[in-house]
Amino acid sequence: MSQLKKIITFFLLLINSVLFAQDVKMASINGGTFVPLYGATAKKPVKVAPFNIDIYPVTNAQYLAFVKKYPEYSRSKMKGLYADKSYLTQWESDFSYGKNNLSNAPITNVSWFAAKKYCECEGKRLPTMDEWEYVAMADEKRSDARTKEEFNKYILSWYEKPKTYANPVGQTFKNYWGVYDMHGLVWEWTADFNSIFLSGESRKDKDTDKNLFCGSGSVNATDLMNYAAFMRYAFRGSLKASYTTKNLGFRCAKDK
Amino acid sequence: MLKTNSFGTLPKPNKMKLELTQKQKEILKKGLSCLFVLSIFALFFAIQGCNKKEAVNKDKSVSDLSIYNLPSKWTNQNGQNIEMKDLRGKVLVMVMIYTSCKSACPRLVADMRNIESRLPENIKEHVKLVLVSIDPETDTPKRLKEFAIANKMDGNQWEFLRSTEENTREFAAVLAVNYKKIAPLEFSHSNIISVFNAEGELAYQQEGLGVNSDETIKKITEEAVKLN
Repeated sequence: MSQLKKIITFFLLLINSVLFAQDVKMASINGGTFVPLYGATAKKPVKVAPFNIDIYPVTNAQYLAFVKKYPEYSRSKMKGLYADKSYLTQWESDFSYGKNNLSNAPITNVSWFAAKKYCECEGKRLPTMDEWEYVAMADEKRSDARTKEEFNKYILSWYEKPKTYANPVGQTFKNYWGVYDMHGLVWEWTADFNSIFLSGESRKDKDTDKNLFCGSGSVNATDLMNYAAFMRYAFRGSLKASYTTKNLGFRCAKDK
Repeated sequence: MLKTNSFGTLPKPNKMKLELTQKQKEILKKGLSCLFVLSIFALFFAIQGCNKKEAVNKDKSVSDLSIYNLPSKWTNQNGQNIEMKDLRGKVLVMVMIYTSCKSACPRLVADMRNIESRLPENIKEHVKLVLVSIDPETDTPKRLKEFAIANKMDGNQWEFLRSTEENTREFAAVLAVNYKKIAPLEFSHSNIISVFNAEGELAYQQEGLGVNSDETIKKITEEAVKLN
């Protein structure tokens, strides 16, 4: 009897994994703790549970397959609630990314809602900000290279480079976890991008707007010297979920 | 989640969590047969989670910008399960709060009460004032009910909602409300009151605490008068 159950369980798990279409390679990330630039109370380390993350950002070709399957996410059908007017604006049409975009370049001009939905339909989810930063602090050899001058110089030099979003995925360095393009290609959506309290608007250009945000004074940047990371958080803080821009893509993650 | 367990000052949510872990233990004991059931569930939810939204998206009758496109399910202070679109036809005044908040929320709640009290009598029946919890773990329907009564917001015009963490995060994204858990029972969050018209489209947002609500009331009235 229990033998039979074992067999059925095995098959169901098999069907599960087939349905989740695991053809996109994911890297396995060990759990651990780290002190992020932003978000830790009183500089206490944040705990990250083990998880998997796509080794590349989602590409034009992959996103095209998604909109073909879910046409309500195509450019002309996309609801205004879920994406602004520049959604997929670089594509030639609803179901073609055209000749000006590489099939293996990262998809950009996608909103948070679209990115979230894409991952859900893959049986995955967007990484949390802590997860993303945890993976992104690794260089080729170390899991945490944030104090290395060269590493920070590399990231900052990318910020100055124009149009890297048109490059193919996988051309930047492979990091400690086997993940590519955390720096050097595009910015990426995270599940909880809207948990940041830095106002991006110049009319409120204070780090913590006490009137607009409750308790915002108690979350502070732990290391303002880390300018590269600060830029990322400031960028996320300026986003709204329906925004799309040409240098912002995403990748998916999954619980272990 | 575990951290909140060791946080002993609030007995109600604690009790609930203990029950949960006992339930989980029982489930674990069932062993293999449970694995079997779980994988069916995983399968079911995987398909559900992805397809659910399209079903709603196909609903042509609501506009492109309407929050009634959102498929998420919510529970109110009376324990009733509702979807956002059940509120269709009313002008909605929405804010995100949590009941254990000591700093900004009491003022936000006061702002909501102030707005409600200043609404013209002839439009009141067309307006719903909705308070959405950003701490669904703590804010059970029972707790929301107690909060409603304690704050004299127990009339039919008041709706207190909670859902899953994920739905809450999504709804906050729609309202452009940012929030972050900074400790058990403590959150940072934006202080924004949003007005939606009867079709669920954003009509106005009031930002900040204790600000003048004249413009907000004007917008609510404008939208509600259309329904008379």
